[in-house]
Amino acid sequence: MLGDAKSVREPYLDYNQWFEDEDPARIHRKAGQAEAFFRKTGITFNVYGTNEADERLIPFDVVPRVISAREWRKLSRGIEQRVSALNAFLHDIYHRQEILRAGRVPFELIANNEAFLPQMVGVDPPGGIYTHIVGTDIVRTGPDEFFVLEDNARTPSGVSYMLENRETMLQMFPELFSRIPIQQVSNYPINLRRSLGACAPPQCEGKPVVAVLTPGIHNSAYFEHSFLADQMGAELVEGHDLRVVDGRIAMRTTQGYTAIDVLYRRVDDEYLDPLNFNPDSMLGVPGIMDVYRSGGITIANAPGTGIADDKALYSYMPEIVEFYTGEKPLLNNVETFRCSDPQHLQYVLDNLAELVVKEVHGSGGYGMLVGPAASKAEVEEFRKKLIERPSNYIAQPTLALSTVPIFTEKGLAPRHVDLRPFVLMSPERIDITPGGLTRVAMTEGSLVVNSSQGGGTKDTWVLEE
Amino acid sequence: MLGKTAGGLFWMFRYLERSENNARLLDAGFRIALTRSASASEEWKSVLKTAGSVIDYDAQHGVYESKKVIDFLLRDLSNPSSVISIMKAARDNARLVRTALTREVWEATNEGWITLKELLDQPVPEKDLPDALSIIRKQNALVRGATHGTMLRNDGFYFTQLGTFMERADNTARILDVKYYLLLPSIAKIGSSLDNVQWETILRSVSAQRAYRWLNGAQISPANIAEFLILHRQMPRSLAYCAQQVDESLRFLQEEYDVEHKSCRLARELYQGLKSGQIDEIFEDGLHEYIEGFLNKNSSLGAQIERDYRFQG
Repeated sequence: MLGDAKSVREPYLDYNQWFEDEDPARIHRKAGQAEAFFRKTGITFNVYGTNEADERLIPFDVVPRVISAREWRKLSRGIEQRVSALNAFLHDIYHRQEILRAGRVPFELIANNEAFLPQMVGVDPPGGIYTHIVGTDIVRTGPDEFFVLEDNARTPSGVSYMLENRETMLQMFPELFSRIPIQQVSNYPINLRRSLGACAPPQCEGKPVVAVLTPGIHNSAYFEHSFLADQMGAELVEGHDLRVVDGRIAMRTTQGYTAIDVLYRRVDDEYLDPLNFNPDSMLGVPGIMDVYRSGGITIANAPGTGIADDKALYSYMPEIVEFYTGEKPLLNNVETFRCSDPQHLQYVLDNLAELVVKEVHGSGGYGMLVGPAASKAEVEEFRKKLIERPSNYIAQPTLALSTVPIFTEKGLAPRHVDLRPFVLMSPERIDITPGGLTRVAMTEGSLVVNSSQGGGTKDTWVLEE
Repeated sequence: MLGKTAGGLFWMFRYLERSENNARLLDAGFRIALTRSASASEEWKSVLKTAGSVIDYDAQHGVYESKKVIDFLLRDLSNPSSVISIMKAARDNARLVRTALTREVWEATNEGWITLKELLDQPVPEKDLPDALSIIRKQNALVRGATHGTMLRNDGFYFTQLGTFMERADNTARILDVKYYLLLPSIAKIGSSLDNVQWETILRSVSAQRAYRWLNGAQISPANIAEFLILHRQMPRSLAYCAQQVDESLRFLQEEYDVEHKSCRLARELYQGLKSGQIDEIFEDGLHEYIEGFLNKNSSLGAQIERDYRFQG
């Protein structure tokens, strides 16, 4: 919120004025109410490896993050460009592979990659859409300066928090919303439904039937799955509710089997179809890939999109954007060292304490090293892992992330944040909800914002033009 | 509606009803233990029997002490019939069918669970037991109120009703099954104070002492009590009332889906039998046999509903 000279940054002016007139005790009380509200509503996530009764709340901070309309315009143009390129890349990589032929991305990177699904080669997803829903992780390093950290093109989560955070703020501080013009986020579920419906498969007759596929109530993101199904007015199904009937995927209802047109799956590729992928999976539907290939169902996101958000491929994103859009990328990519490359590996080993090292296939902030925040022993331990399997890792310099204020016992204090805007893609249009999910590293100085590692969230405001 | 969702609604409401009934049983047992300590052990045993927990309890404890029985039936997670286990099962089902519940119903269920978890985190001292049991009943009343006030009267609502009344009928019949001998004319020493207390307990287990008095005045007789709990169609926990609700719910589903299922026919027969039943005939043919017959029919009806509406794949 504070700029360089300790002056309040422009987008925060209105909020700051309100804040200065408020009694901190009242805000403190409201923060307590917010927690009770989240618990009552059941907005929790399950933590893997702990007692299943352990449903945790994600810490919520009552100070919104504010983004100016001008910065948002720039940001959303950049995201749109990047998402279009990702979708084009996926189509290419599962068809003619022009980008490999042109030598812009090395062949081995695809051929030896587990995220590349041979079953998708030559398959045409309905409407040509692979990435129906994308959550691009972005950090801001300075005015108008954004870096993309990750392109989550598989099944990005967190959108329910974006919506519930706003709902909570509206309940707690309604006066803010009449004083400050803020762009709406509440249309997301309707847009999601429309966007998915617009990608209905060729065999769909009449109004598309949409369903959300969840691994079940013990999944860490189950709340979000049920929330989205409820908000869209779609059925929430599990693998054992589904089977193949007359070449379609059908759900078992009280009156028999009904065909589904679009399946918004929150189950990973690997578990989607025991006949085509992991044979032990109980979460998927045997034969769904065959139905998919014959145009009987739309799977969102398409199987095999993981190849596009693979961390090893990340460093090629500038080339990918340029290759498919013919434009210079509008958003920056973080400089990335590929540890599979001996020269890069040497550099990484020499500078381990200054770098962030991530597993190529990891997610959720597990298995990563944040050099500047790690102890000497942790760095040395990681060094061993790195030498053992270098190709499993990439490394990036730590960025000088900008901070935003959070409300603490001692008043406002700066914390590092990232931003995950949510993008919906259909054959007609790309919708980006203004704002997104802001994740906060609640510990002073920390750079890790993942909820599984104790990160929190806050409401994200994009001001009206 | 998904078969799984229908099943989830059905079981969610069965469990809610069951936890409330167990709280009521505890209440009645506790009162006997307080007022007639000599017969306390016997009374606790019959409470455990009614809750279907006597084998599990014997395996762990053996002696029927108030403190142990109360703890076992309230907060022992290893006992699938404890109030805490049942409420957990109810809430798990509610999470499963979250999309079929209104926000109000979900929040009432979730808050009930949060309240209960705190309440039952530590053993409940005897002096606090009546309050604790009343909180359990209140939480359930909130869910029921939210259900009636906010849910669409579609198939989903009728599956909640089926769960509620199938379970309630089962519970009332179990109370009768365990206590039937007290109602038999052959051993009833009419007017003796022991029997009066026992009869009161039966009525208390279904929260109906006052209702009974409104209908029958001061005269307590075993035949009247049996008739009240089995055949009386104004009594909301009687077998006849429950069977009527089940019958109506299934008839709604039959019209809505335009299919006649076997369960609908079974429910109709069950209700018609109760509607035309005469209490002296029931006694003549054997009260115990009658109750056992009802329990069997009710449980086959439950299984048939699960099949007809495809709760499972």
